[in-house]
Amino acid sequence: MKHVKFTTQTRTDIVFDVLNHLFLAIVILIILYPLYFVVIASFSNPDYVNAGLVTVVPRDVTLLGYQLIFADARIWTGYGNTIIYAAGLGLLGSAMTLLAAFALSRRDLPGRTGIMVFFVITMYFQGGLIPTYLVIRTLGLVNTRAVMVLFNSFVVFYVIIARTFYEHTIPEELYDAARIDGCSIAGFYFRIALPLSKAIVAVILLYYVIMEWNSFFKGLVYLREPKYYPLQLVLREILVQSEQVEADMADLSSIADRDRAADLVRYGVIFVASVPMLVLYPFLQRYFVQGVMIGAIKG
Amino acid sequence: MFRFGSSGAKQAGASGSISGVPTALRRNRKSLTARVWAVSPLYLFLLPAVLYVVVFNYWPMYGLQIAFKDFRSGLGILGSPWVGLTHFDRFFRSYMFPVLIRNTLLLSGYQILAGFPIPIILSIAIHYAARSGLRRFTQTVTYAPYFISQVVLVGMLLLMLSPRTGVVNVFVRALGGTPVFFMGKEGLFRHIYVWSGIWQNSGWASIIYLAVLSNSDPDLHEAAIIDGATKPQRIRHIDIPVLIPTAVILLVMNTGQLLAIGFEKAYLMQNDINIMSSEIIATYVYKLGILNAQFSYTSAIGLFNNVINFALLLGVNSLARRFAKTGII
Repeated sequence: MKHVKFTTQTRTDIVFDVLNHLFLAIVILIILYPLYFVVIASFSNPDYVNAGLVTVVPRDVTLLGYQLIFADARIWTGYGNTIIYAAGLGLLGSAMTLLAAFALSRRDLPGRTGIMVFFVITMYFQGGLIPTYLVIRTLGLVNTRAVMVLFNSFVVFYVIIARTFYEHTIPEELYDAARIDGCSIAGFYFRIALPLSKAIVAVILLYYVIMEWNSFFKGLVYLREPKYYPLQLVLREILVQSEQVEADMADLSSIADRDRAADLVRYGVIFVASVPMLVLYPFLQRYFVQGVMIGAIKG
Repeated sequence: MFRFGSSGAKQAGASGSISGVPTALRRNRKSLTARVWAVSPLYLFLLPAVLYVVVFNYWPMYGLQIAFKDFRSGLGILGSPWVGLTHFDRFFRSYMFPVLIRNTLLLSGYQILAGFPIPIILSIAIHYAARSGLRRFTQTVTYAPYFISQVVLVGMLLLMLSPRTGVVNVFVRALGGTPVFFMGKEGLFRHIYVWSGIWQNSGWASIIYLAVLSNSDPDLHEAAIIDGATKPQRIRHIDIPVLIPTAVILLVMNTGQLLAIGFEKAYLMQNDINIMSSEIIATYVYKLGILNAQFSYTSAIGLFNNVINFALLLGVNSLARRFAKTGII
């Protein structure tokens, strides 16, 4: 851009810049404030929150909400379950996805177009909820941990992303050269391709983990017993089906006390449940953005 | 497909896996069996994925035939008697049919249209931010809500829009208004659904547009600046035209998903008051199918939904091909 340094900004440009930065400031405020409010409300005396006196900093700081959350076994069961499900599905899903994507990225694979079509059809046509439910019932997977790890552990769109990545980063020449030197296909994949593709491994693994961490429908449909519930189903009981929270806090004396504590618990539990994802994500943002970009090339 | 016949022969020989069939190797174009054998580990790589798709995708497609049968668990899929189009007929005559179609189309259409321009505007605003630090910060902030679950999002809505204690009504009261029971007004359901979705997804959706903008030809901008174009003029005449092809493709993809709108958020936001606006095909199928075990009837509804959706996708895709010379399939 050095050729254009001599041009000064016109007045329109200056006005534009001011308005644009104002716009961005408003956008940032709109997005951050609700998240920030949840945090400060979870530490504040509910009376002040309800009166609208908590807007910028917490007031009459209390940890009651977090004490109740720590004492609530459902939340920790849910947390534990979700960690198991997300880790299991993440590992299984990324293994299946990356292996399939690598195979499909090799041009010497006879029938690769056909296999790709076989996968892609499922993106456009599905059996739907009920026939899928019947299959899972037939397999005896309803109300098991296995369904949470197995089902949805393979997403065709991620195969497309990973395959595109392999096609662009693992050149055919490298593959051919290694093969001529006597490297087996598995050896090539695990010793050469995998170390070269850490970025895509991270992207795919995290896509699966985040998908599972936030998923609620699968548990709703396929689980019956609360001991298997993932975090999101427990959150739904606390945040959406409100009666239950209040019933669970019968030891608090008055209805008013229970009401106030329930809101504290709700704010706190939003914070507790979202923190792992929101803390992880800024560090991984680069990988996610790469993932979106690779997906878009093919999209 | 097979580019290096000779090197292929060497590699196959070197790997030692097919040393028993040397005559096939010396030919320039090898037989299919030899080519398959040479890369046989790749099929092993594909096996888990293929198994998954067969069990969890193709088996349910086979099971879809219960939409034309009177499915009873005891008889199984094959043993249940055929009933033709009875279930479809019942659905089309049902009083819920127009309600579900209307709700699904309105919610989805509103979401697509309102959600379409905002990521574009956002990407241009971020692109023109003066400092790269500010650009990166805005991106980090605007992507963040994408990682919040639907349960948490709806939980936040319920808390903040609560008529008694919600922070929004606190501001309403402070400004002298009367508190509004946001979640208790049927007419507000769609607005809350769509605009909370925009809050959650616009940042993430802007990634692709930002990439297009930063990859666009800098010469265009240099020439425009030399010719005295202001920033608004450059946006109007350079950036927006650059973004249009991507925007059209995304719009087509979204329209193809018109009837496939997600279950989770609508179900979580439902209550007795807004149900006539919030009951969409997905939530209805869940309630009637999973909770009331009307397997055949709800399979028929699901199949109907899927067919319309697929037809829509083909339709908008061919339109996009004709008008924008772009398409996705």
